[in-house]
Amino acid sequence: MAKTLYDKIWDAHIVSQVGADTLLYIDRHLIHEVTTPQAFAGLNDKGRKVRCPEKTVATMDHSISTRSLALDACGPANQLQLQTLLQNCEDHGITLYPVGHQKQGIIHVMAPELGAILPGHTVVCGDSHTATHGAFGALAFGIGTSEVEHVFATQTLRQSKAKNLKVEVAGKLPIGVTAKDIILAIIGELGHAGATGYVIEYCGEAISALSMEERMTICNMSIEGGAKAGLVAPDSTTFDYIKGREKAPQGSDWDKAVEYWSTLYSDDDAQFDRVITLQAAHIKPQVTWGTNPGQVIGVDDAIPAPTDFTDPVTKESASKALKYMALEPGQRLSDVAISHVFIGSCTNSRIEDLRAAASVAKRGKVVDNVTAIVVPGSAAVKKQAEVEGLDKIFEDAGFEWRLPGCSMCLGMNDDLLREGDRCASTSNRNFEGRQGRGARTHLVSPAMAAAAAINGKFTDVRQYEEQV
Amino acid sequence: MTPITVHTGTIVPLDIANIDTDQIIPKQFLTGVTRKGYGKHLFHDWRYLDEHEQVLNPEFNLNKPEYQGASILITRENFGCGSSREHAPWALMDFGLQVIIAPSFADIFYGNAINNSMLPIRLTDTQMDTLFAELAQNATLELTVDLSSQTVTCAGHEFNFIIAEHQKHNLIKGLDAIGQTLEHADAIAQHEQRLASWF
Repeated sequence: MAKTLYDKIWDAHIVSQVGADTLLYIDRHLIHEVTTPQAFAGLNDKGRKVRCPEKTVATMDHSISTRSLALDACGPANQLQLQTLLQNCEDHGITLYPVGHQKQGIIHVMAPELGAILPGHTVVCGDSHTATHGAFGALAFGIGTSEVEHVFATQTLRQSKAKNLKVEVAGKLPIGVTAKDIILAIIGELGHAGATGYVIEYCGEAISALSMEERMTICNMSIEGGAKAGLVAPDSTTFDYIKGREKAPQGSDWDKAVEYWSTLYSDDDAQFDRVITLQAAHIKPQVTWGTNPGQVIGVDDAIPAPTDFTDPVTKESASKALKYMALEPGQRLSDVAISHVFIGSCTNSRIEDLRAAASVAKRGKVVDNVTAIVVPGSAAVKKQAEVEGLDKIFEDAGFEWRLPGCSMCLGMNDDLLREGDRCASTSNRNFEGRQGRGARTHLVSPAMAAAAAINGKFTDVRQYEEQV
Repeated sequence: MTPITVHTGTIVPLDIANIDTDQIIPKQFLTGVTRKGYGKHLFHDWRYLDEHEQVLNPEFNLNKPEYQGASILITRENFGCGSSREHAPWALMDFGLQVIIAPSFADIFYGNAINNSMLPIRLTDTQMDTLFAELAQNATLELTVDLSSQTVTCAGHEFNFIIAEHQKHNLIKGLDAIGQTLEHADAIAQHEQRLASWF
């Protein structure tokens, strides 16, 4: 029977049936300090061991400072959480990439850099943005702490299968429009919960043309449309990215691996439960106006009115969002002043993101009254950016250049906004209070964030591209 | 897990769609290393007028006198979206909420709730409208969820709900999922033997 990519990966990981559940084998378990202490405590209480420490990758990212490498830089509670991870990894034989390590970084940035994520893998992490790794053609999804404990003890999870959703982005992407704009446009189309119960496979000419880092940006935000996971079928772009990395297959194993990976695609006549198609040519640089990622428009579109929506729940959500965001229907985002810019997060903190932001940043200076920070996704990204002189471009333009971590995406450290602040952010969630109580977040691409910094308001980056 | 079959309690309404886990328990409270003590921070930004949790917001339903002691939350679609943090069900339960009724839930939250013996119950939009309307008439209304018969009864209405058979079974029996899975250790080992070394 014809199978989708998701079907193929699922079938290859079935260990057995437990009642109506499928026991699914997990190839890679990514862990960090926030969602694991209770799972390790649960293991320890019952005298259980981590079954496969060698399939577990650990780093520190959420609770750490971006100004100091000291574990106590963000207070005693964060310090205790970080030290708990150190101790737990030591006790259970797990390799940890701690703060200060040259391979440390946001878990979803550093794990692919290690070559730890391969096509056909199942990958889980106590973090909803685990969907990032679908970019490799791996089935990757976020789990809760009870499930983290389950994976520690058994290297499996009990799952029921999701449905198949194909999202095709046809044609070529216009100049100045990025992977971030594609995924925001897709979520705008699907709605914030529109893909709940589905695994998305992204395909089409515009997706195939993307680099691995761009595919990671797309898959990363699958959860923001409610999807279980997002996938892109592996191809030569994928293989080229993996080849030669520390944990990648070597020698004759490499050839066997590529042979297998080349079978990982949806068969021509595979059945999807749902299909949507977007025309790449119609996608503009996107900016969110509301308090969920589905509340998004093109940079030159007018902010919608609640009455534009027919569904009463959507209407009420829009009304509540406009009030929180202090925006008016019909207003143009190009008239909205910002106070902060955040370039970073597991969505947009890789080297290509920083290059894109720097190419705009060098055109001007961060305007007065705007604070702009750039937080590389990993120590490796930071190092590469510094080799290329991007740090100097940012600093000369008035951006702060920080140490790697999750930072202001969620503000578990001291990178927080205050009430009423308005931020152009390359992160993934514009929820109320996400970046600080009463703060207002607009999600944008790295180039759009840099343009907002040097103009003090949202600016269409296509004008720069057209000058080239 | 604690076995649960029937729950009866009073209700607190939050007539808001897409309540995300950042609202349920904001990030500054995720630095704990245990599962306890999150209830006082539940819905922090909405529930308190100040950062230090000294001044309650009288407009927020959880603070209103008529809803004190409620153990059932009724709300709108896509409850628990966003972050995978299991601190969300820990906070809801630590506060005293045992049942959440909504038209839909985010996937990760739904699983996290069940893994903590909290009941996420899905009813239709129309049934939710009925519950909100009845509660507006009588704030001390009692509601009963019976997991074995898969029914919600309230103010003379009886609604059926759907839950996966294995999840229902595990909730009623209070089964330890890890213990159950470890009974399949041989099958797990066989799978591992089949894996290519580079995998």
